[in-house]
Amino acid sequence: MTVAATLVPLQAVVFALVVLGAPLVVLTRDPLRQALVNGVYGVSLVLLFVVLAAPDPALSMLVVSGIAYPLVILAAIARSRGERRRPKELGDD
Amino acid sequence: MSYLPYAVAAWLFLVGLAGVATSKNLIHLAVCLTVTQSASYVLLLTVGYVKHGNAPIFKGIPLGAPAVDPVVQALTLTDVVVSVVVVALILALALDAHRLSGTVDPDGIADISG
Amino acid sequence: MTRRVRIALLAPALLGLGTLFAWAIAGLPPFGEYRGPYGFVLNQIVVPLRHTTNVVMATTFDVRGIDTMGEEFILYASVLGVTLLLRDETGARQVERNTRRLRDDTVRLVGVLMVGGGLLVGLWLVAFGYITPGGGFPGGVVLAGAILVLYLIGSHRDYRPFRNEHVLDPLEGIGTGGYVVVGLAALVGGLAFLTNLFGFGQTGTLASGGSIGILNAAAGIAVTIAMLLLFAEFLETYVVPLEPEDVGS
Repeated sequence: MTVAATLVPLQAVVFALVVLGAPLVVLTRDPLRQALVNGVYGVSLVLLFVVLAAPDPALSMLVVSGIAYPLVILAAIARSRGERRRPKELGDD
Repeated sequence: MSYLPYAVAAWLFLVGLAGVATSKNLIHLAVCLTVTQSASYVLLLTVGYVKHGNAPIFKGIPLGAPAVDPVVQALTLTDVVVSVVVVALILALALDAHRLSGTVDPDGIADISG
Repeated sequence: MTRRVRIALLAPALLGLGTLFAWAIAGLPPFGEYRGPYGFVLNQIVVPLRHTTNVVMATTFDVRGIDTMGEEFILYASVLGVTLLLRDETGARQVERNTRRLRDDTVRLVGVLMVGGGLLVGLWLVAFGYITPGGGFPGGVVLAGAILVLYLIGSHRDYRPFRNEHVLDPLEGIGTGGYVVVGLAALVGGLAFLTNLFGFGQTGTLASGGSIGILNAAAGIAVTIAMLLLFAEFLETYVVPLEPEDVGS
């Protein structure tokens, strides 16, 4: 009946990290901070894919959560804030 | 006890869904959707796992060695990359709503017209 | 539906969904005891038949090639949707000119090294995708990321060739359409769509797998250009029309 009978302990630790990471991503309400927490959650997912003997999805998830997701989220945040600025402030850059 | 990994996938799905339903910000909603998507990846890979199996890449290991299922890994790896672009589409929808109504609150954009 | 009603409905809905999940999970085989014959059969026959050592990539581009074609079209349609949504039809938008270069030389040096390293890693991932882990999909994102670092550390003039839609759009078509053309080439010969009809070469070298290599390269091009188009759309910001003396870098 023990979990360790079927799971290698490393897999159990990584599964626990993923289980803890998901509510952290959801509970972070500020989108800017959430982009960072999502990146860390992505790394925990990469570890999970590696211990599940899946190197190709692990590479894809690493690249995506490190490059692509932060980019689109931060660009969306910047655009959703930038349009409310007054024209004079933009001209000072 | 050996069904716990599948329960992890269900937990991720429900947490992401709860985040989407209670979100006050469309960008926060899109990131909660990525948590829901990760539930599908975890489920796929845990269904295909073979105990003490190697990765299904046979360079350096002999051909008959036990390996995990390659089909679910193929599904997962294309899905991971394509879902970025789909989330970008959702964020573009959120930006469009922001442009038309001035807010990114899902409850505040209910009265746009045209 | 107001927010209160939505949250009040959430708890019973999640409970019901959780019950359905528990019922579904009870019907699965225990973790680690994968029973299905498809995976075992593929692991045994793909390497002798197609001479590629990466069975996952062979599955993606050969055994389940139709699914990957569908995924590439999802990519294409999503980029199309983003372009249509973020284009302003009133015509009052200007492209932001990033006229400032980074002042800090150390950061710029690290950035330049990252561009070079990222391009090499991305090209290696795409090229050797069907021999070692990797493939067109992660390799394409790494390539697009390396070009994005160029945007971050350089001025507008350095990045402008990579946001020119007149160049990117045909390349995206080559990537996505090339996949379909390779599939149609098999139809011309009287075989089924996407049959692997090129020579298979020697196991473990670059010249193996037949059309898997070509489809891998096409997918890599499609993903890179799709990411670049996405970056170009998101990074163009709305600014007021620039004064004549502000233009120029």
